[in-house]
Amino acid sequence: MKLPYYPGCTLKTTAKSFDASTVASAQALGIELVELPRWNCCGTVHALAKDDVMHYLAPIRNLVRVEQMNDEGLVDDNRVVTQCAMCYNTLKRANQSAKEDPEKMTKIRDFMEKEPNYRGSAEVVHMLEVLKKDGFEKVSDRVEKPLTGLRVAPYYGCLLLRPRGFGIDDPDKPSVMEDLLGALGAEIVDIPFKSKCCGAYHTVQMKEVAADLSHRILSQAAEAGADLVATACPLCEYNLGDRQKEIKKIFREFESIPVVYYTQLMALAFGQGEEATMFGENDPDPRPILKERGLI
Amino acid sequence: MSTGKSRLYYTYTSENASFKARVEELSGEKIDLCFQCGACSSGCPLTAEMDLLPSTVIRYAQLGMGEALDSNTIWVCSTCFNCEVRCPRGIDIANVMEALRQMRLRKKYDRVSLDDLTPEELRELPQVAIISNLRKLTG
Repeated sequence: MKLPYYPGCTLKTTAKSFDASTVASAQALGIELVELPRWNCCGTVHALAKDDVMHYLAPIRNLVRVEQMNDEGLVDDNRVVTQCAMCYNTLKRANQSAKEDPEKMTKIRDFMEKEPNYRGSAEVVHMLEVLKKDGFEKVSDRVEKPLTGLRVAPYYGCLLLRPRGFGIDDPDKPSVMEDLLGALGAEIVDIPFKSKCCGAYHTVQMKEVAADLSHRILSQAAEAGADLVATACPLCEYNLGDRQKEIKKIFREFESIPVVYYTQLMALAFGQGEEATMFGENDPDPRPILKERGLI
Repeated sequence: MSTGKSRLYYTYTSENASFKARVEELSGEKIDLCFQCGACSSGCPLTAEMDLLPSTVIRYAQLGMGEALDSNTIWVCSTCFNCEVRCPRGIDIANVMEALRQMRLRKKYDRVSLDDLTPEELRELPQVAIISNLRKLTG
C-alpha cells in the first residue's frame, strides 16, 4: 500500500522523532508513506472567517500535489496521510469547504493559474484513522516487544477530536489511541483532561498560560500513576514536554513526566532501533523509565 | 448602545444592528440562537485569563455591543473548539471569536509581533506554534 504523506513543517524540525517513527512504523506494517513532492505550509489554522478564501490556497495547493502523485502513479491511494493535528485539521477543513462551495473553488482555481485545477478527489486522513481502518489486529500481530507493564496516558488535545465533523473519533469519548496502545501491549491510564487544550500557540507569547494548562493535564497523568504521556501533535508534545521547565518555575512541587509520540511507542514495540524511535530527542528523556520497565 | 440612568433599559441603535450583522456575516453563525445557558463558559479551559466569559461575549454580540472588541477574551481564546462541541444550540462560538478578532485585525492592528521574540526562542519554538500565533493574532 503506497500512500501520499504530508509531514508538515514541524515534523521536519523540532519533531523529527515523530517523522522518523511514523515512516518506520508504517513501513513495518507494509504501508509505504510517499512524501508529497514540493509540499508547502498548510497555514496551521483553518480560515474561520466566512469571507477568507486566501488562506485556502496553501492547503489546496498541497491537495493538488496529491492528485498529481496519483496521476503519475507514484501512489495508489487518494488519501493523504497527516500526523500533526493542526495540519490534519487545516487540510481536511479546507478540502471539505472548498468542495462544498463551487464559488469558493472557482476563486481558488483563479488564484492558482499556474497549478492544475484541483478536482476535489483527495481525502485527508490522520495516520490513526489509517491504522484503525486496517484493523489493530494487524498492529498487534506485528509486535515483537510488547510494552507490558508500561503505563501510558493517551492525550488527544483539541484538533484531533474537534470541531464536530472534523475529528478522528468521538469528541466526548475517544478510544482510537487507547485501542492502538492496547494492541502494543501497554497499560492504558485514563485521564479526564485528555482532550482539554494544552495552551496551543499561546506558548509563544503567553507561555505561563500554556504552562498552567499543561500542568493540569500532566498532574492528572502523574496522579493516575502513568509512566509517560502519549500524544499525536508536535505542538502538544512541546507544551506538555519542553514546557515542563516553565511549569517547574511556577509549580515547585511538580515532578517531570516524559511525553512521547504514539508512533515512537509503535516503533519500540515493533523492535525497531533508536534511528526509528529517536527517544533521545524527547525532553524530558523517556529512556530511564523505558529502561526501568525493561523495554530498552 | 445608550443606557438609561437607572440602567434598566437599553436603546438598540442602528449602530448596534450593523455591528451584530457584521459579526454574523463574518462568523456565519446565528447569534440569536444562544439562550445563555453558559455551557461554553463552563467548559472553556481559559476563562481564568479572560475578562469576559465566552457566553458574555456572545451576549454582547447579540446586543450589538462593540465593547466586545475591547475584551481580552477574543485574544485569549485558543480556538480549541471545546465550546463548539458543548453548545446545545449548535453555535460555533470559536467562529464568533474569530469574527471579532478579524474586526480588529483588519484595521491595521497587530496583537503580537515577531520582534518580541529572542533569537533563542525563535530557534527553540516549533514552527507550528509561531505560525499559528501570527495567523491568529496579527492582521
